[in-house]
Amino acid sequence: MKVLPLIEHAVKGPVWDCRMCGQCVLHSTGMTCPMTCPKTLRNGPCGGVREDGHCEVEPEMPCVWLKAYERNRDLPLIPRAWREEFNHLRPPVDNQLRGDSSWVNLVTGRDRQTPAGWASGGGNADGAGAGAARDAR
Amino acid sequence: MSRLEELVATPGAVIVTAEMPLFDTGGFDAVQEHLDRLTPWVDAINATDNAAAHAHASNVAMAVAMARLGAEPIMQVVCRDKNRLALQSDIVGASMFGVENICCLTGDDVTAGDEPQARRVFDLDGPQLVRLAKTLAAGTYLSGRRLDPAPHLFVGAVENPGAPPFAYRAERTLKKVQAGARFFQLQICFHPDRLAAFMAEVVRLGVAAQAAFLPTVCLVKGARALRFMHEHVPGIDVPPQTIRRVETAPDPREEAYQVVLDQARHALAQPGVRGIHITDFRHDDSVGRLVADLGLAGRQPPAGMTTDTTDTTDTTGSPAGRGGPGGPDEEWHAHGSAFAV
Repeated sequence: MKVLPLIEHAVKGPVWDCRMCGQCVLHSTGMTCPMTCPKTLRNGPCGGVREDGHCEVEPEMPCVWLKAYERNRDLPLIPRAWREEFNHLRPPVDNQLRGDSSWVNLVTGRDRQTPAGWASGGGNADGAGAGAARDAR
Repeated sequence: MSRLEELVATPGAVIVTAEMPLFDTGGFDAVQEHLDRLTPWVDAINATDNAAAHAHASNVAMAVAMARLGAEPIMQVVCRDKNRLALQSDIVGASMFGVENICCLTGDDVTAGDEPQARRVFDLDGPQLVRLAKTLAAGTYLSGRRLDPAPHLFVGAVENPGAPPFAYRAERTLKKVQAGARFFQLQICFHPDRLAAFMAEVVRLGVAAQAAFLPTVCLVKGARALRFMHEHVPGIDVPPQTIRRVETAPDPREEAYQVVLDQARHALAQPGVRGIHITDFRHDDSVGRLVADLGLAGRQPPAGMTTDTTDTTDTTGSPAGRGGPGGPDEEWHAHGSAFAV
């Protein structure tokens, strides 16, 4: 099983700068990895985006979430279901999965497991662990 | 039910909140001095959480102090400094003292502060933190472990109508409302057109019917502070004509006030806006003057805040624990709410 993470990183590293969080959400973020945001935000841009669209933390870098937003809107071939997932509330990162193959966790459903309180919290559970359309990463 | 929650639930009630100035030492007496200046005019006061990534007396301690002194605290919680365990214990711990209003922020990055060497945490992000607070209010920790009785919490968030991607900012408030936010304290926005477009979209999406929107205005002493904000605070753009207007005025300090008055009037005129959030770096009588000039001084007096209102000429606003008046950059750090959404 340790071979799979290697292969996954070899494929996704060069293309998406994959950080191997083990719970890939690329399909719902305009094929833009949210873990490359210096704050590792999973749910959209912070309020520090500069006037030129660059990052608060790294002024030379365009905001990851600005890219994600534009790509989700503009990239061809993204299924509609994925585009709609952009606005879903993604749950907190499960740090136990770091370094795992997200492909395996996708197949087993491990990447959609959330703590019991999260699943029950506040009512509107849309998006969180709802397991809507998934991409074939 | 907190006073803020009651006001939000009261149709037509105009809500005024303000930011507690940055605070380090000086004890309850020094806290009381700030409250004396603010409570006659505002409904609730924000206890900031290491605003602008500078360490200060903690959000929990300040919120508890305010509650003990009879004021209505809004405890800000940011994701930068603590993981999910600590965030939960802070909120639950504060609720022990009657702190109910929780305002959830992602938080400025550590590089915005004076200890950029620090490890940034961001175990959660802002929307996740909103959901976490709602989870606690529903009677469980994130793990599912029960909280009995459940703490009563009134959860809010922030958003920046003035930062890219402009078209997405309103949608983002919808996500936060779905996570459980019932009020929004917006980032300071020096572009009236951006605020107007944002609020129109918020209304169109139906978010304004589900949460109270409070745009922020920022009382400063002059053009220097405006320029500082423009150059050093990511997410805030101050148009050159605004800076020039203050700079070239015969009385720049007065003109800086007039700019804020114009902004506040414009903000309150937007559909969906329920009130205003005030940050004050002038430390004079400007908060009271602004509330009065907006015609809001006569609104129903906040319960438990019956301090006399004759101290409008109070000039003791120099915060304890701060060395002197400070330049605009120091003043700036007094602000918290909206620097990072």
